[in-house]
Amino acid sequence: MSGTPLLSLAIWVPILAGLVVLATGSDRNAPLARMLSLIGALAGLLVTIPLYTGFDMSTPAMQFVELSPWIRGFNANYHLGVDGISMPFVILNSFITVTVVLAGWQVIESKVAQYNAGFLIMSGLLNGIFSALDGVLFYVFFEASLIPLYLIIGIWGGPRRVYAAFKFFLFTLFGSLLFLIALLYLYMQSGGSFAILDWHKMPLALNAQTWLFLAFLVAFAVKVPMWPVHTWLPDAHVEAPTGGSIVLAAIALKLGAYGFLRFSLPIAPDASHAMAGMVVGLSLIAIIYIGFVALVQDDMKKLVAYSSIAHMGFVTLGFFMFSALAIEGALVQMISHGFVSGAMFFSIGVMYDRAHSRQIADYGGVVNRMPKFAAFFMLFAMANAGLPATSGFVGEFMVILAAVGHNFWIAFAAATTMIVGAAYTLWMYKRVVFGAVSNHHVAELTDINAREFLVFVLFAVGTLVMGLYPQPFTEIMHSSVNELLRHVALSKIQ
Amino acid sequence: MTLAELQFQMPDLRLASAEIFVLFMACLVLILDLFVRDGKRTVTFLATQLTLIGAAVVTLATASNDVGFTFSNMYIADLLGDVLKLLLYLTVIIVLLYSRGYVLEREQMAKGEYYVLALFATLGMMVMISANHFLSVYIGIELLSLSLYAMVAMNRDSIPATEAAMKYFVLGALASGLLLYGISMIYGAVGTLEMNAVAERLMTMGYQGERTILVFGLVFVVSGIAFKLGVVPFHMWIPDVYHGAPTAVTLFIATAPKLAAFAMVIRMLANGLLMLAQDWQTMLILLSVLSMAVGNIAAIAQTNLKRMLAYSAISHMGFMLLGIVTGVVGGDARFGLNAYSSSMFYVITYVLTSAGTFGVILLLARGGMESDDLNDFKGLNKRSPWFAAVMMMMMFSMAGIPFFVGFFAKFSVLQAVVAAGYLWLAITAVAFSLIGCFYYLRVVKIMYFDTPVSTAPIEAPIDMKILLSANGLAVALLGIFPGRLMSVCHYTLARSLWL
Repeated sequence: MSGTPLLSLAIWVPILAGLVVLATGSDRNAPLARMLSLIGALAGLLVTIPLYTGFDMSTPAMQFVELSPWIRGFNANYHLGVDGISMPFVILNSFITVTVVLAGWQVIESKVAQYNAGFLIMSGLLNGIFSALDGVLFYVFFEASLIPLYLIIGIWGGPRRVYAAFKFFLFTLFGSLLFLIALLYLYMQSGGSFAILDWHKMPLALNAQTWLFLAFLVAFAVKVPMWPVHTWLPDAHVEAPTGGSIVLAAIALKLGAYGFLRFSLPIAPDASHAMAGMVVGLSLIAIIYIGFVALVQDDMKKLVAYSSIAHMGFVTLGFFMFSALAIEGALVQMISHGFVSGAMFFSIGVMYDRAHSRQIADYGGVVNRMPKFAAFFMLFAMANAGLPATSGFVGEFMVILAAVGHNFWIAFAAATTMIVGAAYTLWMYKRVVFGAVSNHHVAELTDINAREFLVFVLFAVGTLVMGLYPQPFTEIMHSSVNELLRHVALSKIQ
Repeated sequence: MTLAELQFQMPDLRLASAEIFVLFMACLVLILDLFVRDGKRTVTFLATQLTLIGAAVVTLATASNDVGFTFSNMYIADLLGDVLKLLLYLTVIIVLLYSRGYVLEREQMAKGEYYVLALFATLGMMVMISANHFLSVYIGIELLSLSLYAMVAMNRDSIPATEAAMKYFVLGALASGLLLYGISMIYGAVGTLEMNAVAERLMTMGYQGERTILVFGLVFVVSGIAFKLGVVPFHMWIPDVYHGAPTAVTLFIATAPKLAAFAMVIRMLANGLLMLAQDWQTMLILLSVLSMAVGNIAAIAQTNLKRMLAYSAISHMGFMLLGIVTGVVGGDARFGLNAYSSSMFYVITYVLTSAGTFGVILLLARGGMESDDLNDFKGLNKRSPWFAAVMMMMMFSMAGIPFFVGFFAKFSVLQAVVAAGYLWLAITAVAFSLIGCFYYLRVVKIMYFDTPVSTAPIEAPIDMKILLSANGLAVALLGIFPGRLMSVCHYTLARSLWL
């Protein structure tokens, strides 16, 4: 398979499919648009499968590398490649796109072509972010991915969609503009190279590293999002249509975390060590404080949004403990969160499509009318709470385990999430699903149809496989993570 | 004075054949128009477009890699001139095509003079582009400005247009005065106004003794340039003229003259007064930061799209100047080529984007109505998904979001700024870009998120639709493959600059 530009296909197949879907035009052709989008999404997933089957786990080097000149004047190249850290996300993203297309199948009735095209194009752009090895290329994908999500939230979103769309766009743009300056600075320092891998090797004074680290931190912290720049996320989630929430939670939040591994740690290792305490502190605040914030929400989407922030706190916590177990745990947590939060948002979407409410108080006794749904929802709620045998447990456990070796009190603080997380998720589940049928809206609910069943099965398989047998996932990451750690341990100050 | 010194030398007309051709054709079109009976002035329109195409052919035929001088060194023929002129013709062709329908629907404007004035304005810009003498710059500016004053005022019965023309004229005259005053100071200090000679004299004599006069003159020259570019604090005319002028004329003002103004900056400052770079760079930094601040913040408050774009133009010109101010660092012009070519790329792509934006406004302005209020764009996505997408691409490009060309314009200028070591300036620039992003996003919001007021389908001549679509695609494609155009800018300036 070495001759096939697999990563280019992973990027451009969905984007081209998106353009084709756009060309179907008005809603008269909606069935055609849906079919074409599903085909496009499946084709996009199909081309990423050889990335896994052909992956060489023994090397930390970049694989499936493509390199051709792009902008000669700046020495910027079309340089793609994946290692064990980024490869799983390309596949996860392509997988999520399929579920998103299915999730919106009957729900979206206006501007179907534009809706699906938005997701397909975004899928390609997100794959571009995970596989770019050139600073300009990374940045271009990173920023361009804001456009589809902005439109998706703004066009198909809830009542306060305009506010949410603007907040989402401007917050994330604010972060990435400083990142742009940092990239240009690195370009100058490296004597005219935009290759990210060159930057990894480049010596830098501590002062420069500190500033770069802070610029990266702003960009990625907004994206993750970390406390205190997280406020855009609940708004965006609440207003976004189900598909938008799924992609946002499952993939878009991972970009920030991925950025830490690709930029912050290897480019500024000394500054990373120096400022690890700050990041750990912010992560713990996210885990504990945001966990309590989630507890008091009465909007289900908001609750899951806050729980996402808390879960991402684990990811950043894991990264800054500088041990293989912690980083792998964090990466597992990222993938797991992709499945679980995607499924949680889909579950809420299923109820919202029927009863048009996200308020916990409007439900009660859903299990009486939707038993199949309740079973799936139970699984994902458990996974969200970190129950063993689900994917949610593995990552958190690995991070906590690593934290014990690092500092007992950090581990102790992080472990409280096992209680708080269980509390807010299961309490919500209890109020929504159990009990007697509370009102006539609930009484009119119908159980999930075949399409929704299929989406649930897709998510459930991901969640359970990762929970029961996480080894294939950690295996892939192993050599890349070790190489990263070896690199981060070396000082760059000369 | 001996007789030999008075000898008249026949200038080499060949080098300036494009200007001569346009001048000749402009007069011819004026006469031709007398015999056109057709109320639509189709013949005049076509003759004008043919003139521009012919000028392009002439320019291409006489283009050479060498630098030539003629008219006693008042005129320079070089690659920069050729490239900018070709872009100028293209811009004017696009502008006239976009404005065709708009002009036809207004009785006062549907006259042959509209096209003749456009040709004379083009000639003025060509002179500015090829000027190698402070006075030929001045002649070019006057020819351009006088034509524009008349074009703004052409819709005689419109009170806002008349008011705009009056403001433009009074402030324009003031700016010309400032420029001339500055030029006279420089003449007093250096003893010549030929740009290359000025540069040489400044090089040999340095600052000795004349510094006060030189810098004094420079202040006025920079003010004159700033007025033409429309940067703060010489921007007062921009919002009023953009808003008040007929949209077709606004389109003209918002595009082609930016190219000429760029040429003027390069010829006067980066060539003639390069030795004074330290002084004019400091001035321009101030102008640039102020423009980005005022332009971006004031644009947020606008409800009229033309006025909003006027403030946006101010901020864009401020951003473009960032490339100019970082050319010389500590007396070292090593970064000059990189910096100036990034500005050139910025101007070219801005003109392209600006043309498309006003093109969409003109597309919506039908039946003698204007459609320049933000609310006129409500729900455009429902009325015409494709042209809403074109407008969206223009807005994202202006906001500097990839994959649109505006991103690479900002990117290349920022790169020059960082290379010159002005990190704070780069951070200031991106901060104001972020603020600016808000009002571009608002236009997208209005087109996509709001429900339409009118559901009338969009009617426009097919040629305009095709050209506008091509314009949109160009913004997207140049955003994916900006390398070639960047290389052209770099090569052109490398051939023409006198660094």
